[in-house]
Amino acid sequence: MYETHYHRASSVEDAAALFAKGSDSKFLAGGQTLLPVMKQRLAAPTDVVDLARIPAMIGVEVSGDTVTIKAATTHYDVATNTALQKAIPALAALAGMIGDPAVRYRGTIGGSLANNDPAADYPAAVLALNATVKTNKRSINGDDFFKGLFTTALEDGEIITAVSFPVPAKAGYAKFRHPASRFALTGVFVAKDKAGNVRVAATGASSSGVMRVPSIEQALKANWSASALDGIRISADGLLSDIHGAADYRANLIKVMAQRAVTEAG
Amino acid sequence: MGVEGIGASVVRKEDKRFITGKGRYVDDIKLQGMTHAQFVRSPHAHAKVKGIDSSAALKMPGVVAVLTGQQIVDDKVGNLICGWAVSSKDGTPMKMGAWPAMAPETVRFVGQAVAVVIAETKNQAKDAAEAVVVDYEELPAVANIRAAIAPGAAQLHPEAPGNVVYDWAIGDEAAVKDAFSKAANVVTLELTNNRLVPNAMEPRAAIAEYNDAEEHFTLYTTSQNPHVARLVLSAFYNIAPEHKLRVIAPDVGGGFGSKIFIYPEEMVALWASKKVNRPVKWTGDRTEAFLTDAHGRDHVSKAELAFDKDNKILGLRVKTHANFGAYMSLFSSSVPTYLYATLLSGQYNIPAIYAEVMGVYTNSSPVDAYRGAGRPEASFLIERLMETSARQLKVDPAELRRKNFITVFPHQTPVIMAYDTGDFNASLDAALKTVDYAGFPARQAKAKSEGKLRGIGFSCYIEACGIAPSKAVGSLGAGVGLWESAEVRVNPVGTIEILTGSHSHGQGHETTFAQLISERLGVPISQVQIVHGDTDKVQFGMGTYGSRSLAVGGSAIIKAMEKVEAKAKKIAAHQLEASEDDIVIENGEFKVTGTDKSIALPMVALAAYTAHNLPDGMEPGLKESAFYDPSNFTFPAGTYICEIEVDPGTGKTSFVNFVAADDFGRLINPMIVEGQVHGGLTQGIGQALLEGAVYDDSGQLVTASFMDYAMPRADDVPTYKLQHTTTLCPGNPLGVKGCGEAGAIGASAAVINAITNAIGNNKLEMPATPDRVWHAIHGQA
Amino acid sequence: MSTVKLTVNGRAVSAEVEDRTLLVHLLRDHLNLTGTHVGCDTSQCGACVVHVDGRAVKSCTMLVGQANGANVTTIEGISKGDELHPMQAAFRDNHGLQCGYCTPGMIMSAIDIVNRHGGQLDEATVRQELEGNICRCTGYHNIVKSVLDAAGRMKVSAAAE
Repeated sequence: MYETHYHRASSVEDAAALFAKGSDSKFLAGGQTLLPVMKQRLAAPTDVVDLARIPAMIGVEVSGDTVTIKAATTHYDVATNTALQKAIPALAALAGMIGDPAVRYRGTIGGSLANNDPAADYPAAVLALNATVKTNKRSINGDDFFKGLFTTALEDGEIITAVSFPVPAKAGYAKFRHPASRFALTGVFVAKDKAGNVRVAATGASSSGVMRVPSIEQALKANWSASALDGIRISADGLLSDIHGAADYRANLIKVMAQRAVTEAG
Repeated sequence: MGVEGIGASVVRKEDKRFITGKGRYVDDIKLQGMTHAQFVRSPHAHAKVKGIDSSAALKMPGVVAVLTGQQIVDDKVGNLICGWAVSSKDGTPMKMGAWPAMAPETVRFVGQAVAVVIAETKNQAKDAAEAVVVDYEELPAVANIRAAIAPGAAQLHPEAPGNVVYDWAIGDEAAVKDAFSKAANVVTLELTNNRLVPNAMEPRAAIAEYNDAEEHFTLYTTSQNPHVARLVLSAFYNIAPEHKLRVIAPDVGGGFGSKIFIYPEEMVALWASKKVNRPVKWTGDRTEAFLTDAHGRDHVSKAELAFDKDNKILGLRVKTHANFGAYMSLFSSSVPTYLYATLLSGQYNIPAIYAEVMGVYTNSSPVDAYRGAGRPEASFLIERLMETSARQLKVDPAELRRKNFITVFPHQTPVIMAYDTGDFNASLDAALKTVDYAGFPARQAKAKSEGKLRGIGFSCYIEACGIAPSKAVGSLGAGVGLWESAEVRVNPVGTIEILTGSHSHGQGHETTFAQLISERLGVPISQVQIVHGDTDKVQFGMGTYGSRSLAVGGSAIIKAMEKVEAKAKKIAAHQLEASEDDIVIENGEFKVTGTDKSIALPMVALAAYTAHNLPDGMEPGLKESAFYDPSNFTFPAGTYICEIEVDPGTGKTSFVNFVAADDFGRLINPMIVEGQVHGGLTQGIGQALLEGAVYDDSGQLVTASFMDYAMPRADDVPTYKLQHTTTLCPGNPLGVKGCGEAGAIGASAAVINAITNAIGNNKLEMPATPDRVWHAIHGQA
Repeated sequence: MSTVKLTVNGRAVSAEVEDRTLLVHLLRDHLNLTGTHVGCDTSQCGACVVHVDGRAVKSCTMLVGQANGANVTTIEGISKGDELHPMQAAFRDNHGLQCGYCTPGMIMSAIDIVNRHGGQLDEATVRQELEGNICRCTGYHNIVKSVLDAAGRMKVSAAAE
């Protein structure tokens, strides 16, 4: 990679200040996305600001009907958090499916969301669970957060500090692994909130990234069961087509993974 | 069998350094004053190089030199060679274009080098390489066989009109025509053998050092055959005369064929080390491995089998197009001809065979031998064809094979190969039993009731290994002989060194070769040191590939041992005042049979080296050398049966069982043999389900990292069930056949046969990804 | 350039290196600990796995600055003198390696797997947990055997302590 300057931030304010001082800065959390990109010389930040040791940004809190995951919490710590496993088991399970064990010790929810890879897992959970992304400047609703391929609503220098999830009545995640990258070729998160509303989010199927699936939401709202989706046909229009999966195959996977997620949710 | 002799599953001596992180791979080596090389590579598949501007790069920190393809030509460094002359049907020699180490005028594949930056650190070399400005004039590219042979296609090399290197054939066209005219049934199959990237886990690397006082080069290289590297670098690339070039292949992290060839990078490193008069190190990254390591396979074929009314095969006709990539690599010409078509008879008694192979240039990475080299392509073809035939003729696939098995040996096939021995029924029977073939219909029905599609598939493979009898391959166009050498040195106080021309890059020779000595002399393997991989230490050898190390390398060791034992017995007899004929060797002692008179090996050695009391006329010392030239190929063979389940919702294939019954002749170390089979099967399964090097129409390699090229992981493959049947190889003193490539040769057909059985659709190409299988079940959109 | 201070295999280490230096290159080039290997450029193959503060981490995907103040253990640091770690012994006894290139990372990952699962490991779990380690030689069959064997040995020695 190109030469850069590394800074370790001790607090959120410190991080924002360090970022502003650099001429072309990037935040570094787990580095499991940023560092490979820098190694390929596709990114050349003059400064990298390390958020991973900021105490206020690490931890999982379950309080009543809300789960709050601090942004620099690793996937491993999310997956193994016993309180989260009780409150939203699907979310803990999702974190345990990201990457591989070594990646999970370093990668973070904040990093995953800020990057918005079209095949990342967390965006599906945030969208389906109707979560709120908290930054050092504001709160952003999940529906307003994801703006397309590697693009989010975050402003330059804005730092995700935490993500809060309402505890659902039912939730499940099913992921079909891309044979090479092991990202989601298609992953579907289904959730029914305590009022009975159903939200379904698919990742990996579209080059714009995570998407809601209205036809599946309607079917599940009427009948929360895998068989309710048997007759559904998802359109291949606008879906990704590449050597690993044609658009119609991804459309099929959206349905099949939704069914398996519903079965997982119970 | 002694505790550490032939047949013992001894743990490996070499493991100690690998498990403690003390292996010595090329990139681990640091020399004083070492510089680092970074190549400037073409982003275009086909382009003219109009000019190279190094001025900005030269000003950057740490840059020692920027060298170009034109400079290599000016210094009269030779072009890369192809070492096997294959002619077309009409007798014309193969049509080859020139391959310079760095392109002075024309680049012909993405990743081909045009210049190299030499700098103090790797990062500085990378930074400066980006500052080298190359003026390319893009040319139209032909990225695949179909595009390359189309009328009006862009031509890669003026020497090869129509991009055809050769149009070769083997067998009897008239006999096959006759057989087909009499056939009761004909089965036709079109199939592709997908292009693969070998991807040994260690990327290629080279360090070159020039001693200007001695005018002597040393090269550390990731090579499977350091002596061949030295020969080629010297005699063809004009780097230096052989006696002024030392090549060392230290620990090498896997090869699978890709590290046989002598690549541009090591040539350039050597040439550059003299130009800058400092050591030059190049370590490839994984992307460079994808772009510049020799790829494997890439055939498109049409095959037809003719049967009589009793379902016995009358004839086989094959037409294959083989992709060579942009340049002819070292052994490339032999892979789709003499290593492929000569195995098309499979395990079957086929009276007439005719195969045509057209070798084609395309704007893609050069293609050469990769684990199996031609035999996976042949085995896949004949075994898919046999399974397809069983389905079309409505007979059991095991029984159709059995009906056509060769049962009398030696068996001369119509395609040069004469199989020495084998028992194909024995391996088929063993595999059928282990997989519980009789119980399959019930298992399939149960799976169906649970919504899964279960299938079973066969592959009865045979291969030609122990490459190879020199005279035979010479008559077929090989530029080299394929014998092997060994030197046995008994040291003055009795330890033994075996200097072998073979090279271990995972095969465990430091243990298995020592076991040969332990078996013969009764000494522990800790007393025996295997020396390999250094042209200064070991006499010329041909290296390791083609499952040859024990069959050929081991036999050379045996021959040298026989000479050592004969001399040692003479010395012992003289010392013990007995007849030579009464001396036997047991537990490291030379004994007079029927008495308690003995002399230990260390004392015999001491006697040899002090020479105080040797038989009249005997030279001092106890060291002998041998060159062993095999009389025939060896023919490992066996049956693989694969049972799988397809999830119809996703098209994903899971393994229920994978059974292998192999006949490798004598097993020296069964644990190591099984490890070779596991690894080969996993590569064969990788080809069938996961792997495929894909080019887009402009010649860009779309699968140029592990993100897009699916390497088998632990959860992609099952725990294998291995067994062995044995017919000893009559052709070499050890009775061994070789085992390194079998898995990669036989596995793919078993997997594809099983999946097509499960889904009831015989049209399925490799890799049978979930996407492809799902479409084969549900149809294209 | 920055000065980084960390502990490697129990020894305090200080190095002045460019900020872009990856942990794997600090280990290989500056500390001459060449047992940790580089096998890919997409953080997938696991040949570079070491332990950082007790966790298996891909050292090719970590800047030295991120490891400042950390406790790093490499393949060279897991045996006690001549006494091999049970995982090393298990790999040798079960022929869990051939060319040896993926082996250091494989062993370090395997130790972490056993640490997280205790003695409760089965074949399917081991295969799944090895997702981040690629081997081209062994076909994984004997690697899985080695890990399960070591899990038993490590359980015994943990109980003995």
